[in-house]
Amino acid sequence: MIEFRSVSKSFGDTRVVDDVSLTIPTGGITSLVGANGAGKSTLLSIAARLLPADRGRVLVDGLDVATTPGPVLARRLAVLRQENAMSVRLTVRELVAFGRFPHSGGRLTAEDHRLVDEAMAWFELDPLADRHLDQLSGGQRQRAYVAMVMCQGTDHVLLDEPLNNLDMRHAVQMMRMLRGMADELGRTVVLVVHDVNVASCYSDRIVALREGQLVAEGPTADLMTPELLRGVFDVEVEVHELAGRRIGVPWS
Amino acid sequence: MSSTTERRSGAAPAPSGQVRRRRGVRRRHVAAALAALVVAALGSLFVGVSDVSPADLLDADEAGTRVFWTSRVPRLTAILLAGSATAVAGLVMMSLTRNRFVSPQTAGTTEWVGLGIVVATLAFGSTSVLGKMGIAVAFSLVGTALFVWLLQRMVLTDIVVVPLVGILLGGVVSAAAAFLAYRFELLQSVDAWMNGDFSGVVAGRYELLWLVPAATVVAYLYADRFSVAGMGEGFAVNLGVPYTRVVTLGLVIASVVTAIVVVGVGSIPFLGLVVPNLVTLALGDNLRRVLPVTAVTGAAFVLVCDVVGRTIRYPYEIPVGTVGGVIGGVVFIVLLLRARRRVA
Ligand SMILES: Nc1ncnc2c1ncn2[C@@H]1O[C@H](COP(=O)(O)OP(=O)(O)O)[C@@H](O)[C@H]1O
Ligand SMILES: [Mg+2]
Repeated sequence: MIEFRSVSKSFGDTRVVDDVSLTIPTGGITSLVGANGAGKSTLLSIAARLLPADRGRVLVDGLDVATTPGPVLARRLAVLRQENAMSVRLTVRELVAFGRFPHSGGRLTAEDHRLVDEAMAWFELDPLADRHLDQLSGGQRQRAYVAMVMCQGTDHVLLDEPLNNLDMRHAVQMMRMLRGMADELGRTVVLVVHDVNVASCYSDRIVALREGQLVAEGPTADLMTPELLRGVFDVEVEVHELAGRRIGVPWS
Repeated sequence: MSSTTERRSGAAPAPSGQVRRRRGVRRRHVAAALAALVVAALGSLFVGVSDVSPADLLDADEAGTRVFWTSRVPRLTAILLAGSATAVAGLVMMSLTRNRFVSPQTAGTTEWVGLGIVVATLAFGSTSVLGKMGIAVAFSLVGTALFVWLLQRMVLTDIVVVPLVGILLGGVVSAAAAFLAYRFELLQSVDAWMNGDFSGVVAGRYELLWLVPAATVVAYLYADRFSVAGMGEGFAVNLGVPYTRVVTLGLVIASVVTAIVVVGVGSIPFLGLVVPNLVTLALGDNLRRVLPVTAVTGAAFVLVCDVVGRTIRYPYEIPVGTVGGVIGGVVFIVLLLRARRRVA
């Protein structure tokens, strides 16, 4: 469970996150949606203690992220940012293995190696295991990063735009993997997605932000309405039922 | 070390078998480098103005044995200690600044040490080695901190521009040191201190170098944390590594090692840049894997430079700093051009 309590954050004079209070329940996939610049990444970064909040607190299973020791939190919460410029030349396997660092401090046990193998297999990375990161395509690298985060084995996984750079096949595969992490492994997955239909098809709950404020949150079906989407994205949207899913179609 | 055996004992699914075998590379590389180093080291013991052959040692020949123990062995020790520690310091600095062209020799750190030596000589006279070391360490830390401060404010993200700024900065500092030295008529003695030279290694000055293996050991213990910090602050925080503290520790290690080595034997230009670059090009950036190889290669590099310097104009000696500067400079330019090509 992740609780935001009156969280605010400004950059200069602009308030980017404005008094957000929100509880993300344990289990399932929650998607943060909103227009560009709505403050999704900022909110996620605060929850992952990558940015300090100006005001308010974030609790992960009751632990305040601002004060909990780094290694303790790293065993409960893992995060992948939107931009990940990494110049380090590691092999894919080495990178994924670093996901075990909070648990074993670099001296991997047999169990760690098993988990690394498992994460590599989940994301179909075995053929790339010995490639250096700079020899991968953007999408392959993205899969390697997510595999590393999964390998961290935390109850809470925060991913900012995990479909970055992925082609259609791998995007679908990624969302299935994330569903699997939620359903089979019981992880609490929080995503930032800019495509509301991805959020609609794959998540259990949606949190909508606009200009740093919480507009609405709740089960996906309740939020996929033309009125709400208009309010969040400022465009006219029709919502159609397609094969049991709600799909938003913007007017043009 | 234990990881290889643990991997075997782990219940390994068959498909990743090839992955496992490749890890053996690590040990083979270290072993090969070590073997080459031992051979070169033994050879170097018997190169020099006075003839010392292995047979002399058995014969307990008075003069030869004395030269061997009072000059050749300390010299070899100094070379191995200075070479390995400087290369490791460069490796750590390049990982933590996330720029493979940043090393104590291209960030101005060495020049700050030089300025420190001038100031120390003015304050304590030319004989106080400890005074020199204390002040050199302080100047080294200040210099590195200044460079990192600049680095954080540089909008230029071009990987090649950063070391050039460092080299410029070093040029300014070294000009200041030269001016001071000139005013107080210390120019010659400071030049002699600064240029890496193992011919003066007999006693009294090089013993300081026994401090640097400790720094190398600490760097090895922190290798994984340095690797994680090198991934960037976001990844480091995510993995529970205290980013600022780890980066600071690494840069302090690099600065202190640089100061001690320069005070102990003088500076060897580009050593801390060229060796880590060549090693990581071949083996990647996982510090725990490449740090031992870097240490061995650094020692071997200096040893080769020293032997070349001793034989090329026999019976005269060309200081190792000069030889290393030429070899290192050429490799540095090749690396720069290579990086340019890759970007383009
Ligand atoms: N480091 C920063 N400094 C100044 N402004 C920032 C910074 N990071 C984000 N912003 C601004 O904050 C707003 C919200 O950004 P962000 O949370 O990244 O939005 P989103 O992820 O929803 O697209 C944007 O207007 C952005 O320009
Ligand atoms: Mg964003």
